[in-house]
Amino acid sequence: MKYLFTIFAVLTAVLLSYGLYQALVVAPTEQTMGEVQRIFYYHVPSAWAAFCLFFVNLVASIWYMVRRNRKADALALAAAEVGVVFCTIVLVTGPLWARPVWGIWWTWDLRLTLTLVLWLIYVAYLILRKFSTSGQTPVIAAVLAIFGALDVPLVYFSIWFFRTQHPQPVVGGGGSIDPRMLHAFFINLIAFSCFGALVCWSRYRFEMAHRDVEDRQALESIMEAGASR
Amino acid sequence: MSSDGLTRATLIKDLRLEWRSKDAINSMLFFALLVVVIFSFAFDPTAEESRQIAGGLVWVAFLFAAVVALNQTWARELRNQVLDAYRVSPAPPNSLFLAKALGNFIFVTVLEALMTPLFIVFYNLRALGPAWQLPIVAVLGTWALVVNGTFFAAMSLRTRSREIMLPLLLFPISIPALLAMVEATTSILTGEYSAKFWIVLLVAYDLLFTMASLLLFSFVLHAE
Amino acid sequence: MTDPSNPQASAIIAVADLVKQFGRFYALRGVSAEFTVGRLYAILGDNGAGKTTLLRSLAGLSPLTRGTILILGKKDLRSVCSEIGYMAHPSLLYDEMSGMENLRYFARLYGIVDDQRCADVIRAVKLDPELTRPVGQYSQGMRQRMSLARALLNDPKILLLDEPFSNVDMRSAREMVGLLVGMRGSGKTIFVVTHQASLLNGVADEFVWMEAGQIVNRTPDFHPPDFHPLETR
Repeated sequence: MKYLFTIFAVLTAVLLSYGLYQALVVAPTEQTMGEVQRIFYYHVPSAWAAFCLFFVNLVASIWYMVRRNRKADALALAAAEVGVVFCTIVLVTGPLWARPVWGIWWTWDLRLTLTLVLWLIYVAYLILRKFSTSGQTPVIAAVLAIFGALDVPLVYFSIWFFRTQHPQPVVGGGGSIDPRMLHAFFINLIAFSCFGALVCWSRYRFEMAHRDVEDRQALESIMEAGASR
Repeated sequence: MSSDGLTRATLIKDLRLEWRSKDAINSMLFFALLVVVIFSFAFDPTAEESRQIAGGLVWVAFLFAAVVALNQTWARELRNQVLDAYRVSPAPPNSLFLAKALGNFIFVTVLEALMTPLFIVFYNLRALGPAWQLPIVAVLGTWALVVNGTFFAAMSLRTRSREIMLPLLLFPISIPALLAMVEATTSILTGEYSAKFWIVLLVAYDLLFTMASLLLFSFVLHAE
Repeated sequence: MTDPSNPQASAIIAVADLVKQFGRFYALRGVSAEFTVGRLYAILGDNGAGKTTLLRSLAGLSPLTRGTILILGKKDLRSVCSEIGYMAHPSLLYDEMSGMENLRYFARLYGIVDDQRCADVIRAVKLDPELTRPVGQYSQGMRQRMSLARALLNDPKILLLDEPFSNVDMRSAREMVGLLVGMRGSGKTIFVVTHQASLLNGVADEFVWMEAGQIVNRTPDFHPPDFHPLETR
């Protein structure tokens, strides 16, 4: 069990390297977009990792509300932090890709807007956790995560309808896709899933270790107080 | 013990206290007025253009005015730690939440009632679509802001930088409601398309978050 | 769960291994005790000893990190909260309303819609129910007494008072002590956290000394141990 983490880390590193090779070397250059299209191999897998991590946060938050399990809270925090990082990558790589290819930095289409709203909700979540003076911060944060999750379908429907009323040219690829590109894409998808899980796992371990140290220090002071009586 | 009676008693108590310390109301009304004037200076469109953008302008202005009002929702309960008296009692937390939300709703509606005629004047607004739908949109939209605003204001009680925490939490979650309010208002003003979908979305939003707030408020109230 | 000194009395409150953690700081470090019904307990100690934390935990305001509290035999504090009256140094009253208006509202929290009860309780603390002056304009002594009246509205079996005599003039403080004696006489169990232990000398049934988050001593008389530099009056 102790070595599971190391094995997983090595596997992830291998997958990422292989994915890098596939994305930058093996996959052919796209006809219309050129080299910049290769961002696709990182943009979409990052989004996938971010959304998975936000989902993990939701599940962990609900689990905490029901069971008040400390590990659930640590996992929720880890998933939120790493999810925000991946989400930031999506929001940065998106405009970098869109500008040379479609001539615009940003558009309020469904995917991008949903990503931005999720990013905003979870940054607010992290700020709440940081600024909270309550002893029940995990509970309050979990409540916010649930509110955020309830919001997501509403965001989806509102943007979807908005775009049907105000249609715009679609951005983000279309047409047939070369099988080598598909291969590179799936490798990177799996690699980023593993990468996201790995970073979240290590953040979780760090958080648990941090809390254990705090508890141990506090317990020592209780022992001292008891011994001195 | 009737919880409706308690909600009503709490609401009346809040309104009475608000009336007695009138300075808060006065400065907020003046702030609302200033917001309208500033927006009118910043965006000075023709009559045609104004119908397109007025929906967005008006609701953003309402949002800022609402945040100022929402921020002091719980301030009164923090003075002398009155909130502890509520927490210690067997009174149901939802009665307190509903009373606060309704009080905020009344308060924000008063602000909107002041700001709307001014906007109509400054922008020469006239609804080309079914104007009777506008009050419906106003009520649903205001409740959407107020119900979450009251809830997040309670969450912000136990944070540093309480005043900035409220908009930080409120704005992202309110995005679908804001879009709906703005689009509904714009569609009614321009008469170009139907506001029906947006009104339905607002109803769904209001129902969902009112239920969520009522279910989860006790956790927030009893958090230390 | 009986008090060995008096087998007839029963424990109205029992706490076991209470631990309260605020980050790295432990406000309560394993408090275990039993408290008997119908007694007046004075809880003493330096600042930071954990007195307020203990009281707030009993009131249900401060969830514990570890440990159990049994009040009237129940673990769920919310089910017995109508039997508890809580008073703290902040008045827990609205400054802009009169005493009667305040009490009328807080009575509603306990399902009491009886003006007469509010008036009786105000008279019991030697204040005038007809007074229309807002509570914010009261003297500290009057405000503390009105706050005590609020705590008595639901006729609680247990009274938790946190620094009730703080900044109060001597006459009001003595009157309040007299009130507490009367309430103990009618069977209430009273806990008073205070720095002015001399006021309860000869009145309290037991003095509970706290230090660094633990109960270090319980004495029937107020003889300040040497390591406690308490103020003398």
